Amino acid sequence: MTRFLIRRILQGVLVMWLVTVTVFIVFFIGPGPGQVARALAGKSATPQVVEEVRRRLLLNRPLDVQYGHYLWLLLHGNLGYSFYHDQSVNSIIAAAFPITFSLVLGSAILWIIMGVLSGVLSAVKARSVLDRTFTGLALLFYSMPTFVLGLLFLLGLYYELTIHGIHAFPGSGYTAFSQSPFEWFRGLILPWLTLALVSAATYTRLTRGSMLDVMSEDYIRTARAKGLSERRVIFRHSLRAALTPVVTQYGIDVGVLLGGAIITEVVFGMPGLGFTAYQSIEQQDLPVIMGVVIVAAAAVVAANIVVDALYAVLDPRVRLH
Amino acid sequence: MSVSTGQLVADPAPAAPEAAAARKIEGRSPWRLALQRLAHDRASMISLAVIGIIVLVAIFAPVIAAITGHGADQQFYAPIGLTPDGQPLGPSSHFLLGTDTLGRDVLVRIAYGARISLLVGVVATVITVAIGAVIGLAAGYFGGVTDSILARLMDWLLAIPFLLFAIALVVILGPGLTVVIIVIGFFGWASVGRIVRGQVLSIKEKEYIEAARSLGAGPWRIMFVDILPNVLAPIIVYTTLLIPLTIVTEASLSFLGVGVPPPTPDWGQMISDSQTVYQYGAWWYLVFPSLALLITTLAFNIFGDGVRDAFDPRGDQLFV
Repeated sequence: MTRFLIRRILQGVLVMWLVTVTVFIVFFIGPGPGQVARALAGKSATPQVVEEVRRRLLLNRPLDVQYGHYLWLLLHGNLGYSFYHDQSVNSIIAAAFPITFSLVLGSAILWIIMGVLSGVLSAVKARSVLDRTFTGLALLFYSMPTFVLGLLFLLGLYYELTIHGIHAFPGSGYTAFSQSPFEWFRGLILPWLTLALVSAATYTRLTRGSMLDVMSEDYIRTARAKGLSERRVIFRHSLRAALTPVVTQYGIDVGVLLGGAIITEVVFGMPGLGFTAYQSIEQQDLPVIMGVVIVAAAAVVAANIVVDALYAVLDPRVRLH
Repeated sequence: MSVSTGQLVADPAPAAPEAAAARKIEGRSPWRLALQRLAHDRASMISLAVIGIIVLVAIFAPVIAAITGHGADQQFYAPIGLTPDGQPLGPSSHFLLGTDTLGRDVLVRIAYGARISLLVGVVATVITVAIGAVIGLAAGYFGGVTDSILARLMDWLLAIPFLLFAIALVVILGPGLTVVIIVIGFFGWASVGRIVRGQVLSIKEKEYIEAARSLGAGPWRIMFVDILPNVLAPIIVYTTLLIPLTIVTEASLSFLGVGVPPPTPDWGQMISDSQTVYQYGAWWYLVFPSLALLITTLAFNIFGDGVRDAFDPRGDQLFV
């Protein structure tokens, strides 16, 4: 197990290194020779600032020195400096992360419950009206782009309600939990629902398929034959085995979203990681985008390692490969 | 055994034995069986018809423009295309689906927007699948070091936050249709590569590959002539399921303002633009492009599900 973990972590480190190389190529070489400092300093930077950027990031030196310097800073936990905001990227990300975290945490809980429950019910009552309803809904939300659902929610539940005098949900923004737990919750309901519904659809399909597979196995027949209650057969024997692919998908999805639920954050005006990166495009604030890319990639890599470790615990055969 | 196989799969009700015996028994290729199953699936056929209509709308967008008399980029100022205080006009006999923030006909722009969605959806998907198939074939067939390197490459691609990176690339390369297609194609192939690799791993142990090798076939011939046709079914299924995802990705990029640049009509961009006016009551500008996008992705997804079931009737869950 330890050897397996060490190997997975080393692979993760390798992938992260490749990501830093990619970021370097895109941002330090991509803008073209002589344009890098200009690009990193931002659209409205003065020549002094551009010169400062060039000096700080060693942009007059050869590429390998530049990369070494960039990697050195990263290894020391320094994600860079936003010249546009005149602030370190670390502090910008530290401010944005709790917002993304609140959004992802709530919706992840919602979607796993909705997805697994509807998937199990669909599989147990396969081809019933209930199954068709759930599969149909899953297909609808699976096809629904996140921003379409979010905006339709805003149109129906914010705008229409508000003009009829019901101020149930705020139109955009984020209130910190420490400031007002109630406002935090109220402001997050629509974003949570949006992200949860579009994500849950995948889980309904995944759980249903996986459950149907497992329930045709011989040991389920054995469990039924020895007189176990149907509830026990479904939840103890089938669901447990059926959840493995679901767990894998869940880990990866949560990992990806922790790096910024960009669309949901933009639709609901929540200044999380994704929104911050999005804003940085308009401001041409490339250092922030670079920082968010690194953090987001790290979240995905970490999630993958956690999933693999969980997998190895659940299924010892995995460790051999 | 007297019932023909296609009949058995397409119609679970057993046919009368004498009727079946009277019918000529003929051999059918798996491809034909799959196509027959697909043709018997009503949901797939309806969604295929919907896709056909969307394609026709895209092709004949200029005709729609001519019938309405409104060009795609033609602005109608107040009071024809905008309210006196400059807001979009709702649906009317003149503008069936209303006007947008610049007084342009939403219907005509939706019709033209179908072109971008379908073009990017299909072309970018084909690029994705082609790259993924070639790399998956190579990784699976050569194994060893090649496989390890390609596997890490796929891990790397899957670890990169796609949307963020696509945005960054578009910002640096400059927006445009080609850039969007290349970015989507470049980032998407890893999952195709994994599927193909898995299939190749089991196929390359088969006897006929051994036979091909004994006959002196080189690795490229074996990969593309002997193996590729046998992984074509999952590739086709994956392609149909990937098209709606690609359409959503393109719309998302446009929604974020890094897709196809204006004034080219684009659904994602229209929906993004509608954010500025829906609070003033202009629901049509949000709802109609959203519906166009949703109907398209839904039709492709239903069709894709049908194709999967047709090629994989036992439900082996190869393509979830």
